[in-house]
Amino acid sequence: MELKSNEPTGPIDKRWTEHKANSKLVAPHNRRKHTVIVVGSGLAGGAAAATLGELGYRVKCFCFQDSPRRAHSIAAQGGINAAKNYQNDGDSIYRLFYDTVKGGDFRARESNVYRLAELSVEIIDQAVAQGVPFAREYGGLLANRSFGGAQVSRTFYARGQTGQQLLLGAYAGLARQIDAGTVKMYPRTEMLDLIVHEGRARGIVTRNLISGKLEAHVADVVVLATGGYGNVFYLSTNAKGSNATATWRAHRKGALFANPCYTQIHPTCIPRSGEAQSKLTLMSESLRNDGRVWVPRKKEDCDKDPKTIPEKDRYYYLEERYPAFGNLVPRDVASRNAMYVCEDDGLGVGPKVGDEPRRAVYLDFADAISRLGKDVVIERYGNLFEMYERITGDDPVETPMRIYPATHYTMGGLWVDYNLESTIPGLFVGGEANFSDHGANRLGASALMQGLADGYFVLPFTIGNYLGTVRQVSPLEDDDAICRDAIRDVKARIEKLMNAPSPKHGPDHFHRLLGNIIWRYCGMSRSRDGLKEALRQIPVLREQFYQELKITPTKDEGINQTLERAGRLEDFFELGELMCIDALEREESCGGHFRVEHQVDGEAKRDDENFQHAAAWAWTGDTAAPKLHKEALSFEYVKPTMRSYK
Amino acid sequence: MATKALTLYETTIGKKAVMAVSGVVLLGFTVGHLAGNLKAYAGPTEYNEYAQWLRTVPALLWGTRLALLFAVAAHIYSAFSLWRRNKQARPTRYHKKADLATDYAAKTMYLSGPILLFYILFHLVHLTFGGQIFGEGLIFGLEGYTWEVSNPYNNLVRGFQHWPVVIPYVLGVLALGVHLFHGIWSMFQSLGANHPKYNHLRRDVAIGLAALLTIGNLSFPIAVMAGYLEPTALRFNFPELG
Amino acid sequence: MKTKNLKLHVWRQNGPTDTGRFEDHVAENVSEHMSFLEMLDELNERLIADGKDPVAFDHDCREGICGMCSMVINGHAHGPHERTTTCQIHMRHLFDEGWDEVWVEPWRASAFPIQKDLVVERQALDEIIHAGGYISIRTGSARDANEAPIPKPIADRAFDAATCIGCGACVAACPNASASLFTAAKIAHLGLLPQGQAERMSRAKRMVAKMDELGFGGCTNHGECEKACPKGISIDFIAQMNRDLLKAVITDRDVPSGHGDGE
Repeated sequence: MELKSNEPTGPIDKRWTEHKANSKLVAPHNRRKHTVIVVGSGLAGGAAAATLGELGYRVKCFCFQDSPRRAHSIAAQGGINAAKNYQNDGDSIYRLFYDTVKGGDFRARESNVYRLAELSVEIIDQAVAQGVPFAREYGGLLANRSFGGAQVSRTFYARGQTGQQLLLGAYAGLARQIDAGTVKMYPRTEMLDLIVHEGRARGIVTRNLISGKLEAHVADVVVLATGGYGNVFYLSTNAKGSNATATWRAHRKGALFANPCYTQIHPTCIPRSGEAQSKLTLMSESLRNDGRVWVPRKKEDCDKDPKTIPEKDRYYYLEERYPAFGNLVPRDVASRNAMYVCEDDGLGVGPKVGDEPRRAVYLDFADAISRLGKDVVIERYGNLFEMYERITGDDPVETPMRIYPATHYTMGGLWVDYNLESTIPGLFVGGEANFSDHGANRLGASALMQGLADGYFVLPFTIGNYLGTVRQVSPLEDDDAICRDAIRDVKARIEKLMNAPSPKHGPDHFHRLLGNIIWRYCGMSRSRDGLKEALRQIPVLREQFYQELKITPTKDEGINQTLERAGRLEDFFELGELMCIDALEREESCGGHFRVEHQVDGEAKRDDENFQHAAAWAWTGDTAAPKLHKEALSFEYVKPTMRSYK
Repeated sequence: MATKALTLYETTIGKKAVMAVSGVVLLGFTVGHLAGNLKAYAGPTEYNEYAQWLRTVPALLWGTRLALLFAVAAHIYSAFSLWRRNKQARPTRYHKKADLATDYAAKTMYLSGPILLFYILFHLVHLTFGGQIFGEGLIFGLEGYTWEVSNPYNNLVRGFQHWPVVIPYVLGVLALGVHLFHGIWSMFQSLGANHPKYNHLRRDVAIGLAALLTIGNLSFPIAVMAGYLEPTALRFNFPELG
Repeated sequence: MKTKNLKLHVWRQNGPTDTGRFEDHVAENVSEHMSFLEMLDELNERLIADGKDPVAFDHDCREGICGMCSMVINGHAHGPHERTTTCQIHMRHLFDEGWDEVWVEPWRASAFPIQKDLVVERQALDEIIHAGGYISIRTGSARDANEAPIPKPIADRAFDAATCIGCGACVAACPNASASLFTAAKIAHLGLLPQGQAERMSRAKRMVAKMDELGFGGCTNHGECEKACPKGISIDFIAQMNRDLLKAVITDRDVPSGHGDGE
């Protein structure tokens, strides 16, 4: 299969405009004849559903939570980038584009990234008009901060709740369309399969999480905006319900899955406190703007009260190793170094969990407080400090925070072309669920930007182009044979899960074990042998899962949260395996993918000659190995350079 | 206009607004009532002349009475209809429920309200319609306590010489204070009298007014019991007071 | 690290029409660092292993922002720690209260039917937002974000109201199961901002009417909601809603048809 990106050519700053000018449209009176299914109600899904509804399409929007307002976009804290240059510090669309391509370690498609930077400007206007209360200066104008090491202040923020406010903006837009009758919302409804008819995505099979009822919904277009797959690690900063079932089921139906090994480990999370830990909590990376990262120089100081450790015995390892960027080195560098000091040097701090090495480093605000005053620091980070104190019982004003990296974002996802259309015609993918804009690593404050760009501005337009081109899809009803078959298949899958031959453990037991394998072998640092070991262990564990899975309640009707988790885990097994295959295949280090075999002085070593491509995998069956397709990437504008933060 | 008023009253907020507005009317009366009664400290003549003056303009008298009657009715009816609605909003109660903000006054509004109602009825029977009801007989059967048509001062003072009058009075006034403490603050809230700069004053005003009315009204039985206010031997002739 | 045995009385109910009852359990050796939900996770794993039905409860982000978790713990909506959702309650907070015995109940309100155990349906809150909790702006039609400066104190105050996570703790804690704080927070958030002025009056009328229609109780100004609110939203916003509504009813012309304009 040849992967066609369908990106326009010509000067990069004209591509999106010309693409729009040359695309097909659907006339207003024809739009109501088309049904669009949007799965997921986060920034990408919610914004797309609202905008498509506003345009006049008939939209059906699905989410597994009890309300679309709960999508996990809500948890993003730090901010959203936009090339507004309100600070007059030399920012521009081109610079945001440049930073994003470079930040993605030259593994993203230039045209997509440029469009993203271009649309960033409109997102802010849209959000403010909706009533999103961004931080403001005393003059009443919008405030910005520099984020994640950017050399310009282009990040808009709303205290530490930027994701929440932007999502509530999209949710309000959605509410408006629900009110107007253009969008029908299906909360507590989970997509369990994709219906493909005559080669086109035409619908989905869902399970109502209250009644347990399986249903088919058909449409002219299906949009997946179902987020990332970070929960494959079991412990991650994702919501407990975040899952990859929608994208994985689409993958099994023919959509290629690209770059699954690109996962982002976020450096500033609250460390594990015990074996029962069910999730990890991220704190905004903006904390690194004013906090200094250190560990004790001496192992014997590791369990001491940090305030009693004198300055000379503190190892500010990021400042020492990376004098130019210091504490603001990119996420992957910060994360990996935390791992080195804890696991290799044994200098980690905080409580011991089991017999593992201490896994935490200090993030200290004492200097910032003496420089800026306590009030300013609290104004900036107050709600993060509160959150930290609630979880750990410690006050960061009094004692340094403890942080450790955790899985946070997945850059990989379903492969899409410039129109965000997957390899199944009529199946569009937006937000974190697609692979498109971040390359091998995502810059801070860019996830919200991408979700909203896809949802508000790209998908509504490219879907119009698709429908305008196809014009008429063949008729299909919810109760056609193909839909009944799809329901039957899902039912069989559920029955298999519910009737394991020797039931012993609930799904969480297996999920923890899977998470351990992936974290150990396919986490911050990967090796050939480790990945091979993972690929040996995962199928064994999966087999055990099918043999010993125990689900109560024993009925599939009504609320059955155990069954929900088991179904999601089933798909994580396959996805986790593909992550390891992809990581093994990619014999280089880039962005969030670090292979120990490919480094120079501890720095990632890219191999542009052999790996300057997106690796898109095709499902070939339950027992067959996935097939790799490559989309070659070219860089006309931003010439690949070796990254150096020294 | 009619439709608008109806729409307003249909909402829970409208009902609270009705309670607040009627509450303001009743509060206004309570303040005026206390101010008038404080004339007792100026002496029997001033007190009785004031009482006589109140009756000289029938339109004012009956206007006030009607307004008060209407306010009481509206206040009670709204309270009752909210109470019924609020019961329905939570048919199953919690096994355990902590009160974190609800103070005693707020919690007992549905108790202090009815107590006040009964007290007001008692108070009306006693001092407003005492002459008509008891005629020349003993008031509440109390030893030596008969109605003096032209001497409200004595009717008041001599009443407070008897515990069976003092006890319900004190209970009524305390219920009034508690009711007003929540009621006044609640009134600001219900009518949306709200500005970040002045919001802290709302509690202070509620406490101040409630305390003032409680202390002022309690002063009468205390003054009588302490012998500071005594029945007068003066004779008055105010036939309107009949 | 402190550990404790905890006696649990957990509400079990099979569906909206079931009467429900408390079921007793003991959580053994609970660590102070565990979250309350992790303690329930462990209980559920044990129940599954024993072939019994696990306790159904809502939760998602487990970091206090999605608003999905919802339990009344010993009479406290979201548990004993101020400005905290259930998912962020850690056992240390319960230990601090000196609790050895804990009653766990669902949100109780007729507008929030219980679906199972501790899971309630809060669609009513969404419906209140559908009735005008938005600013009607078409995607792509906005003017430049900095064109209209908003004084920082107003922006900050709007933000205070906008922090609502829609969890429904205000309803759960209110003696009258009123949704006033939830509704007021949205009316105030949008009503304070210049962008929200055009629809301010109709928004107040429609949202309040919807709130009442859905069977929530009325506000009696007790302030329990403010204490239970995990975001500490002030009941001053309720006063503001009351004022907007009164003003709207007295001055605003006809009740609008109230729809956005999707063709």
